[in-house]
Amino acid sequence: MSTATVSSKPTRKDFVSDQDVRWCPGCGDYAILAQVQKVMPELGVPRENFVFISGIGCSSRFPYYMNTYGFHTIHGRAPAIASGLKAFRPDLSVWVATGDGDALSIGGNHFIHVLRRNLDINILLFNNRIYGLTKGQYSPTSEQGKITKSTPFGSVDYPFNPTAVALGADGTFVARSIDVEAKHLQDMLRRAYEHPGTAFIEILQNCNIFNDGAFAHLTEKDIKADHQLVLEHGKPLIFGKNRDKGIRLLGHALEVVALGSGISESDLLVHDERNSALGFLLSSMGPPQFPTPIGVFRAIERPTYESTLADQAVNAKQRLGEGNLEELLNRGDTWSVA
Amino acid sequence: MAGLPSETAAAAKSVEEKSSVVIRFAGDSGDGMQVAGMQFTNESALAGNDLSTLPDFPAEIRAPAGTLAGVSGFQLNFSSREVFTPGDELDVLVAMNPAALKANVADLRPNGILIVDSEAFTEHNLKKAEYTSNPLNDSSLDRFQVFSVDISKLTALALKDMNLSGRAVSRCKNFFALGLTSWMFHRPTEPTENFIRQRFRKTPELVEANIRVLKAGYNFGETTELFATSYEVKPARIEPGKYRNITGNTAIALGFVAAAQQAGVPLFLGSYPITPASDILHELAGLKNFGVATFQAEDEIAGIGAALGAAFGGAAAITTTSGPGMCLKAETINLAVSVELPIVICDIQRGGPSTGLPTKTEQGDLLMALYGRNSDSPVPVIAAATPADCFDAAFESVRIAIKYMTPVILLSDGYLANGSEPWRIPRVADLPYLQVRFRTDPEGFFPYLRDETTLARPWVVPGTPGLEHRIGGLEKEYLSGNVCYAPANHEQMVRVRARKIAGIIAEIPPTEVRGAPTGDLVVVGWGSTYGAIAAAVRELQQEGTAVSHVHLRYLNPLPADLGDVLKGFKKVLVPEMNLGQLVKVLRAEYLVDAVGVNKIQGLPFKVSEIANSIRRALEA
Repeated sequence: MSTATVSSKPTRKDFVSDQDVRWCPGCGDYAILAQVQKVMPELGVPRENFVFISGIGCSSRFPYYMNTYGFHTIHGRAPAIASGLKAFRPDLSVWVATGDGDALSIGGNHFIHVLRRNLDINILLFNNRIYGLTKGQYSPTSEQGKITKSTPFGSVDYPFNPTAVALGADGTFVARSIDVEAKHLQDMLRRAYEHPGTAFIEILQNCNIFNDGAFAHLTEKDIKADHQLVLEHGKPLIFGKNRDKGIRLLGHALEVVALGSGISESDLLVHDERNSALGFLLSSMGPPQFPTPIGVFRAIERPTYESTLADQAVNAKQRLGEGNLEELLNRGDTWSVA
Repeated sequence: MAGLPSETAAAAKSVEEKSSVVIRFAGDSGDGMQVAGMQFTNESALAGNDLSTLPDFPAEIRAPAGTLAGVSGFQLNFSSREVFTPGDELDVLVAMNPAALKANVADLRPNGILIVDSEAFTEHNLKKAEYTSNPLNDSSLDRFQVFSVDISKLTALALKDMNLSGRAVSRCKNFFALGLTSWMFHRPTEPTENFIRQRFRKTPELVEANIRVLKAGYNFGETTELFATSYEVKPARIEPGKYRNITGNTAIALGFVAAAQQAGVPLFLGSYPITPASDILHELAGLKNFGVATFQAEDEIAGIGAALGAAFGGAAAITTTSGPGMCLKAETINLAVSVELPIVICDIQRGGPSTGLPTKTEQGDLLMALYGRNSDSPVPVIAAATPADCFDAAFESVRIAIKYMTPVILLSDGYLANGSEPWRIPRVADLPYLQVRFRTDPEGFFPYLRDETTLARPWVVPGTPGLEHRIGGLEKEYLSGNVCYAPANHEQMVRVRARKIAGIIAEIPPTEVRGAPTGDLVVVGWGSTYGAIAAAVRELQQEGTAVSHVHLRYLNPLPADLGDVLKGFKKVLVPEMNLGQLVKVLRAEYLVDAVGVNKIQGLPFKVSEIANSIRRALEA
């Protein structure tokens, strides 16, 4: 517990708690923590106004390592608890750290409803496609047929695509990044903070103990450029080590095309974060046929839950006057006994 | 009685004075019996009677018309004396159709008044009610004073020039029954006329229609020779003050609003609709100008989760539910126990297990409230005794939650929730202040540094500079609150959490024994059985038996002197609307041979049931 006052210019160190980080050595969570601690001081928010709320799982230990207010809650419920806090305290910058099991399995209901309500909360979903804390069972994002301790014959479940779920729940800001893509992740964190409404970032994260290399194709230096597609608003969808491949819309379907030999940049699909349908289409991309998009799939504006709630209170006070308890208790038909 | 033919005609009829009357309105669930009953209640309250009500309706919104399953009833006991219960047997039954008659006639006392809508006794309706012959024509109702009134036809006649649909006309007939009974018992009809004007303010023709029918019913009683007698029930002598009639759910809502105001923090309700608790959500949702925020969550878990989040942020946070929702909230209650944040969980108990009897009452959740969480998880439990008492119980729950930084479970039930009684309205100036001190001083701060007296940890809200800290459901180090798995620390934490809640005992008032402090038998109750036990014990005391009554508001911790009080009696009898839950606690805590009296029918105890069980226990 540090009681030092925040200096006028906060630094990364101000956001590091005095607790030893207890993730496994080599875990992708370290990289995510580092980027969050890097970005927080730049946001201009007093440290005491940050709150990190988490559920259960490896990712959910996150609040203990942030020297902000934090609440490590129960499995899957962080969005519900964060919603109550944000609805009651719109002045706070509320962040949820969650995982693929926490958000999409046990907490699936809260996850879709916080997105629907559009509270101004930032949700960081660490997707490692495995249950780490319980030592290696398949998760709702594990690929079908996955051999794990609980699925020795291969998992039967069809996996969720987290960004597609978030888009389907009408999330107003949906993005994806990767634990080791430091700069990109920082950009996404800043964008999430700036977005008024629920901001969701799926962060592809390597569990080097139980699911090592799940995203190797997206992180290995030599090959990642051929598998990553970095989404940028207003720019054509180009990828590849030599930036020689692109995505074209053919009818209602996407296709990978090689640039040159009659196909130029102007034939390619141009990304538009404000186009909800396009976001959906792009979220469907992934291996083996397509590269995996990272970046902002959708960024649209809709009034936040807490602002509408606050407006209602203001309007009610204007219309009905400030509530008077004496009058309330005496409402309706009354009579006096002498 | 403005606008109604006056006393001259009535004077020709005899007036009989009665000290108390029990009346039940019964009909199809779409017949408006709840409205008729509530309005008759309001009229009686304004007439100065003491009263108690019991609405009884099916879980189905509109069960098939005319069937036994679809019968909805509203019972009211009004009196010139103190009233404890809605009454054991009926003096008056209003039955709007054969099914309503069949479902309720067994409760009508011999020579009781039976008013039926004769036009509803068609062959079709009789068949649906499983009657083989028309009870109006055979001799099966001979032991009652039967008033067969063609309510449907008289209602239609009163409205025949208004061009209303048959359905609209039919929906007015509850006010005919209300008008007729209002005449019969000298009730003022102005409150009902005002109610009609308010409820139908957007459709003036329905205001006119319903008031016309109300008056038609009243005048029918006054002018027709069918009714020779009307009855007068004088005002009750009750404690001076200003009164209103109130249901338990409304009283709980107001109690929460009052407590939050007295604490100086906004009220935040996180809730998911569930019968019979939803009315609290409805009440509070309309009070945004009081700074009340209501969050209708996606499920029961999110309801309490949002409330806990708001508590973390500094709200007077509450959640409302019933049994099935309590099951879902258990994990979050335990989180609140672990992180020691104030929150009130309000359980309006209903028949169970599982979905059970959604609209019927029960006291089946006591052991769940006390023990239904993993590990050692002490939570204060408070039970309301009457509809009006719900206000005080809600206020007290918030007070304890804030003072001790703990979740508190408030137990009410379906009977209290929908039942009503006169409530002496407190003056705001007389309500205590609840001290909330958010800690802001970083000097010497630890998240789990405890108050020496209450053992409560400090309430620090996010946004407070220099006090950034983390809380969570993992076990915490005694002072710092940092995650800690050390064996001795865990035991210390388990014990201190238990000691904190046990310490509340210091401010629980001594047990009030109604009757002699020692004797042959003490009846120990909790919650909504209060009225029936109080009336039964009074009856037995008047017969000269050495019986006393103890009613528990605090179920955890129990009052310090309770064990000694119980040992002053040869027998301990514990009536409960469950298979025996408090009785287990008393036996375990005090090693007394307490015996249960159990009724699990979705209905409250009758006074006679408790009185008879006391008699049997005394004889045994």
